[in-house]
Amino acid sequence: MNNDLILLGHGSGGKLSHQLLDDLIIAKLSRTPVRGQNDAALVELAGAKLAFTTDSYVVDPIFFPGGNIGDLAVNGTVNDLAMMGACPRFLSVGLILEEGFSKAELAAILDSMAAAAESAGVSIVTGDTKVVPKGKGDRIFINTSGIGVIEHTLTIDGASAQPGDQVLVNGSIGDHGIAVLSAREGLEIDSGIVTDSAALNGLVQELLALGESLHVLRDPTRGGVATTLKEIAAQSEVNIVLDEESLPINLGVKGVCSILGLDPLYVANEGKLLAIVAPERAGEALEIMRRHPLGKDAAVIGEVTGTADGRVQMRTSVGGLRGVEMLAGEQLPRIC
Amino acid sequence: MNRKRASIEIEGIVQGVGFRPFVYRLAGRFGLSGWVRNTGRGVQIEAEGGGEELDAFCQALKNEAPPLAVISAFRVVPAIPQGGTGFTIEQSAKVKSGGQVSPDCEVCDDCLAEMSDPANRRYRYPFINCTNCGPRYSIITGIPYDRPATTMASFPMCPECLAEYHDPMNRRFHAQPNACPVCGPQLSLCDAAGTPVAGDPLDETLAALAAGKIVAVKGVGGYHLAVDALNEEAVARLRQRKKRDEKPFALLATDLDAVRRLVHCSELEGRLLTGVERPIVLMRKLEGNPVSPQVAPRNGWFGIMLPGNPLQHLLIQGCAGPLVMTSGNLSDEPIAHLDQDALERLASIADLFLTHNREIHTRTDDSVLRLSLGEPLFFRRSRGYVPRSVMLQQAEANVLAVGAELKGTICLTRDGRGYLSQHIGDLKNASTLQSLEETVAHLGRLLEVTPEVVVHDLHPDYLSTGFAEKLDLPRLGVQHHHAHLASCMAENHLEGELIGVILDGTGYGEDGAIWGGEFLLGGYESFERRGHFKYLRLPGGDAAVKEPFRMALSTLYDCFGAGLFQKMPAHLPELSAMERSLFLKMLERGINSPLTSSCGRLFDAVAALVGVRNRISYEGQAAIELEAQAEGGRAVWSYPFLVSDAPCHQVDFAPMIAALVADVAAGLDRSELARAFHRTVAEAVVEVCSRIRRESCRDRVVLSGGVFQNRLLTEETATLLNQAGFTTYCHRLVPPNDGGIALGQAAIAARRWRPDPPEAA
Ligand SMILES: [Fe+3]
Ligand SMILES: [Mg+2]
Ligand SMILES: [Zn+2]
Ligand SMILES: [Zn+2]
Repeated sequence: MNNDLILLGHGSGGKLSHQLLDDLIIAKLSRTPVRGQNDAALVELAGAKLAFTTDSYVVDPIFFPGGNIGDLAVNGTVNDLAMMGACPRFLSVGLILEEGFSKAELAAILDSMAAAAESAGVSIVTGDTKVVPKGKGDRIFINTSGIGVIEHTLTIDGASAQPGDQVLVNGSIGDHGIAVLSAREGLEIDSGIVTDSAALNGLVQELLALGESLHVLRDPTRGGVATTLKEIAAQSEVNIVLDEESLPINLGVKGVCSILGLDPLYVANEGKLLAIVAPERAGEALEIMRRHPLGKDAAVIGEVTGTADGRVQMRTSVGGLRGVEMLAGEQLPRIC
Repeated sequence: MNRKRASIEIEGIVQGVGFRPFVYRLAGRFGLSGWVRNTGRGVQIEAEGGGEELDAFCQALKNEAPPLAVISAFRVVPAIPQGGTGFTIEQSAKVKSGGQVSPDCEVCDDCLAEMSDPANRRYRYPFINCTNCGPRYSIITGIPYDRPATTMASFPMCPECLAEYHDPMNRRFHAQPNACPVCGPQLSLCDAAGTPVAGDPLDETLAALAAGKIVAVKGVGGYHLAVDALNEEAVARLRQRKKRDEKPFALLATDLDAVRRLVHCSELEGRLLTGVERPIVLMRKLEGNPVSPQVAPRNGWFGIMLPGNPLQHLLIQGCAGPLVMTSGNLSDEPIAHLDQDALERLASIADLFLTHNREIHTRTDDSVLRLSLGEPLFFRRSRGYVPRSVMLQQAEANVLAVGAELKGTICLTRDGRGYLSQHIGDLKNASTLQSLEETVAHLGRLLEVTPEVVVHDLHPDYLSTGFAEKLDLPRLGVQHHHAHLASCMAENHLEGELIGVILDGTGYGEDGAIWGGEFLLGGYESFERRGHFKYLRLPGGDAAVKEPFRMALSTLYDCFGAGLFQKMPAHLPELSAMERSLFLKMLERGINSPLTSSCGRLFDAVAALVGVRNRISYEGQAAIELEAQAEGGRAVWSYPFLVSDAPCHQVDFAPMIAALVADVAAGLDRSELARAFHRTVAEAVVEVCSRIRRESCRDRVVLSGGVFQNRLLTEETATLLNQAGFTTYCHRLVPPNDGGIALGQAAIAARRWRPDPPEAA
């Protein structure tokens, strides 16, 4: 393998992505020391505390069960802001279109962007459109940037997990990745797996009621729950133990994953958040989630154990402990 | 008396195989004085005594050499008698103290005699030992090897033991673990809750075993689980409590006579069993043996060991028949060796714990081997053999090699020797990774080596690779099958360029595919891939390793395309319409189905196709059971295959699969099919090697990779290669599987690594 070239794996969200980020991108671009890597940057502007983020969407296919690249682009950026506990307000939209792309499909995508923005309560206020020659792009790429306001004074940060904390997820994992995969590969699955793509800012606003007990919020997108927890464990210098049997996984996803040999723990989500909460209020956090329409299947899936070297392990159904590692490259290519 | 003296030089594989202790014992037997030492080329002996005795000694050196030794040259030169008494093992000047740490050694006959003498103060004392025997590697905490640097440090010797220890004429002179019932470690027995059981621990244990109870027994390198092997119900309970495991259990038998009531045991197998290393030896079951079929289901072999430590002697002497002695762990976990950990992890399996207060510092599993081509073939090289070293030519650099992932071992080099560690286990397990870190530190301390470079596999997701990346050392990545090749070269002391036939499970290839049916041309420095089994899809990645029927589907797809399901033999699992469509899509589009040339996966596919097994519960199970089937077959025919042209010869087994599937449908006996398949693979190997020989003029072949644990395939392949005029080399000192990878990595790095030249002053 050639070490001088960008590999597909550099975009997987796994180990290679982190290396690229640390060794090249942050090293070249960041003039301020980076404290951890969170979903959005915290900035202060004219006395206001803001969260600021950007994300590009290159999903293939652009239409898939339950959604398309448009609502994904809105929800994804809204969620990155929400994971800082911010109230998302304004989005920009950058479109890169390939010559020959269908206007009808573009219209459908824009419609779902508008609808997603409306339901998340954000305004799309600026944008840009470029067209590249046929073959120089793949139909449509979308970039969205977002600004949100931070009204709380909490430190919600990937580095804030503490021993004893409980790890919660607001529902079933792996739906998005499998929905996209089955659309892309034309899998004939009759189990009705659809993307979980959704804006989580409403749910987050309610979780803020946990106050100081809410330590970490993260959306397990690329790389899935496994990769996100590895990041948190490393940032917080703690160990995390997951309980295999408590992971909420839809039967359909479980079935497809077992045939395909995929581990749902590494499959992408677009409407899920991981919340790491002080143990005394974990029960309350679970109740808040379960009361919310996006948290009906919420579950406590693990626990932060002693401070150490960022190890994540899973207690398997036969009672053993299996190490959960960050993959070097991708398990699934280009899913979000 | 007519005294004579001889200087004897022996070359070959005579270091790291227990040769010097063997010479020492032999000299004792013939009443000779003199010394033995390692040299750069082998072993040098000076021996003096009666002329007849000296002749007999030379004969015995050749005839009774340790089974792992290979003598390539034997020279005797008369010398001038010098008188003197006693025979000594001299330290080679070059080797520093740490290199002298010995493996754990079976209890010697002298100690055994004392232990069974009611008048002796160590009567029935399970921790008896002397300078010639006892625990070593497992109890050493540091160097120099002195009592304070062992786990015996907490047992101050009583005056009697101390007197022995200081008496140069005593067998226990400077025996670091020396102990007796007054001052040494003690046995204790408790139940699964940790509550002590009243009565004599040994007697109570024997009574419990007789009653069908499962007892966790603390041994030299870790805990074993013991149960009466004749008690079917008790063995079944152990199997059920160890969970979803069909892996064969090892047996402990009283003596060779007892062994011969269970299995076919040749003279050489007998020598391996009675060697000081006390390995588990796999031998073919005797028809109508009394052991519970639950011990090794669907397997033609029993793994048997003889008692190695005093406690095992006491246990087996008190039992009516053989005992199951399996490693104390849940499936896939490392063997328990610390008391509290054992109690926690084994509480759900064992009824009782027979333990003691001498700590095990380094976990060492039992070594496992069997005979192939009349020579030992390791499955696992651990207790008894570690830390013996392998001589590496031209190895100047101090290298740390971290191995692969399954069957993890590490290797350190020093003074031109490679020290391969004990079996560490499957690194997917978090506690095993920790054990790897500890082994690196501990072995480095014992050998007084600070590595200059760390060498690892190319697989980016191996935990051993991740470990290497975290060290603050220059790194060298070595391709998995190149390491296999170098491992076999190193232990056979081969140089130059040759052909490596590496038949293996999975290894990360330079092109990102999963390799495993490889024909390499090269040596330590470099290699070219001159041939491989044709790539097939591995549908579901790791899932296909656990479910061999997936590989069967892949081979069928390769033959019949979308029509594969019509050709599916009836014993493959029934698939729903959705499953069929998913599997077809995976194969057509390569969804989570990497390309592989693995020979292990070809065995899996055929095992499923002929109806041996669709899913496995332990690594390699399908291939092991396919070999067992083939052992029962007589077929002398083989199947067709295709080999593509140079530069890289691809072996296409599609014609074989098509014919095989037709034979299955025609109802042919699966033993015959399995046999013919083995022969086909062997013939394919010879065909490709012959082509490479024509192109390269190389006619030496090394056989390595996990598939060569298969005795039938190894023998067929080597025989056919030799008939075709090749010189064939197999593994005999380290396993052909990934347990030997670290040695190959080290041998390669020791050649390749050139530290940056020091900056000009
Ligand atoms: Fe291998
Ligand atoms: Mg993002
Ligand atoms: Zn002894
Ligand atoms: Zn004593």
